[in-house]
Amino acid sequence: MNKIARFILFDILKNKIVIFYTVLLFIISWSVLGLEGNYTKATLSLLNVVLLVVPLVSIIFSTIYVYNSSQFIELLLSQPVARAKVWFNIFLGLATALILAFLVGCGLPILLYSSIETGFSLIIIGIMLSVIFTSFAMLAAVLTRDRAKGIGISIFIWMFFSIIYDGILLVLMFQFADYPIEGIMATLAGLNPVGLSRIFVLLQLDISAMLGYAGAVFAQVFGSRGGMGISLVVLLLWASFPFLISLINFNKKDL
Amino acid sequence: MIDVKKLTKKFNKFTALDDLNLQFTDSKSIALIGPNGCGKTTLIKCILGLNVIETGDILVDGKSVKEDFRYRENIGYMPQIGRYPENMTIGQTIQMIKDTRKIPASELDTELLQDFALENLYHKKMRTLSGGTTQKVSAVLAFMFNPKIIILDEPTAGLDPLSSEILKKKIIKEKNKGKLIIITSHLLSELDEIISEVVFMNEGRIIVQQSVEDLMTEHKTEKISESIISILKEMKK
Repeated sequence: MNKIARFILFDILKNKIVIFYTVLLFIISWSVLGLEGNYTKATLSLLNVVLLVVPLVSIIFSTIYVYNSSQFIELLLSQPVARAKVWFNIFLGLATALILAFLVGCGLPILLYSSIETGFSLIIIGIMLSVIFTSFAMLAAVLTRDRAKGIGISIFIWMFFSIIYDGILLVLMFQFADYPIEGIMATLAGLNPVGLSRIFVLLQLDISAMLGYAGAVFAQVFGSRGGMGISLVVLLLWASFPFLISLINFNKKDL
Repeated sequence: MIDVKKLTKKFNKFTALDDLNLQFTDSKSIALIGPNGCGKTTLIKCILGLNVIETGDILVDGKSVKEDFRYRENIGYMPQIGRYPENMTIGQTIQMIKDTRKIPASELDTELLQDFALENLYHKKMRTLSGGTTQKVSAVLAFMFNPKIIILDEPTAGLDPLSSEILKKKIIKEKNKGKLIIITSHLLSELDEIISEVVFMNEGRIIVQQSVEDLMTEHKTEKISESIISILKEMKK
């Protein structure tokens, strides 16, 4: 790991908000897993919390952090370092810190109170969502100089993927219920990182009743194994694309 | 040596720098002055590569700033407002910049570090520092790597009289070593002892580029600040 990334990582790990986030995740995971004897059910409850909290904290915290570091970024860029390197290392530092926070807050209780067999998909999507929404945060922060606008964009991105996207899918399903749209629906469901994360965990837990319409179609179209593979590929694409666009923008940006 | 060639910088429709031609030669300390919004900071940011250049070019020691970032090995920069990651200490911050520069410890210039007695504060977190102490860290970083060119943006703004005296002495010392020093400042009285050349900018153009002696004989004054004020008065007419 590069010196800049490590520096930022240590700075964030000592940040009070991240410590609070870790403790919060730990308490939630511990109480959910401790109260419910059935591992599968407990993992499902925890899944819903993770899908809500991890993207929100990752994107808002990262956006604010990038804005707060603007003068520090200028100082780094006045050193003989390439722009792309500075930007990538900030991303790396942020993402690593948030992954560590998630692993301590959620991964540790899963290991202690549940089993790795039921919990591993949840751990994977927690890591993926942390990276994906950090990547979105970098994009939001590079799009505008105005901090309030940047945070606004972040909140909208989070709301879009967590709430609005599923709503649109639902409307489409009702509108076109008479047509054979399973394939399209499965594709659309597979394009949303949050929805896809849910499907990914549910496919692994093998509970089709909980999949919901989009997930059921998804499982039907892709089958369990293939579905999981494709999910991971799509999640990886989501983790890299927003960051790459932000990098292109950052290279042309006046600071 | 910095050579600015036909540099035009626009922000949307606003022209910040308008067809600028300028040369900064070594062993001089140059004051960039002008009213707010005249393009001083934009010019500095263009030299540092913080602003992207579309038309024109800037050559630092013959190398274009548009091509390779390595020309910045020769530049030390002290920003007007320094803000550093909050939870890291002074020691860690300085160490990190040292690591990105990769210069052997024997070649480092730690004079300012000692004069400011910053080593006693190495364990302090950046968040807890006063504005002046943060400025000292920025100043130390600008001089530490023995760069040929040193750019200081409002260097003495937050410093106490004693520290700003230390910094001024250091600036004069480095100038006498043959380095190029560029200072922007609004505190005209501060500049008197330090500078050898004045560049006066307004609305993205150079109004005057003159050595201090010429400037003072022309305006029949004894202080730079008075000559600048007489230029300003002429402009208003």
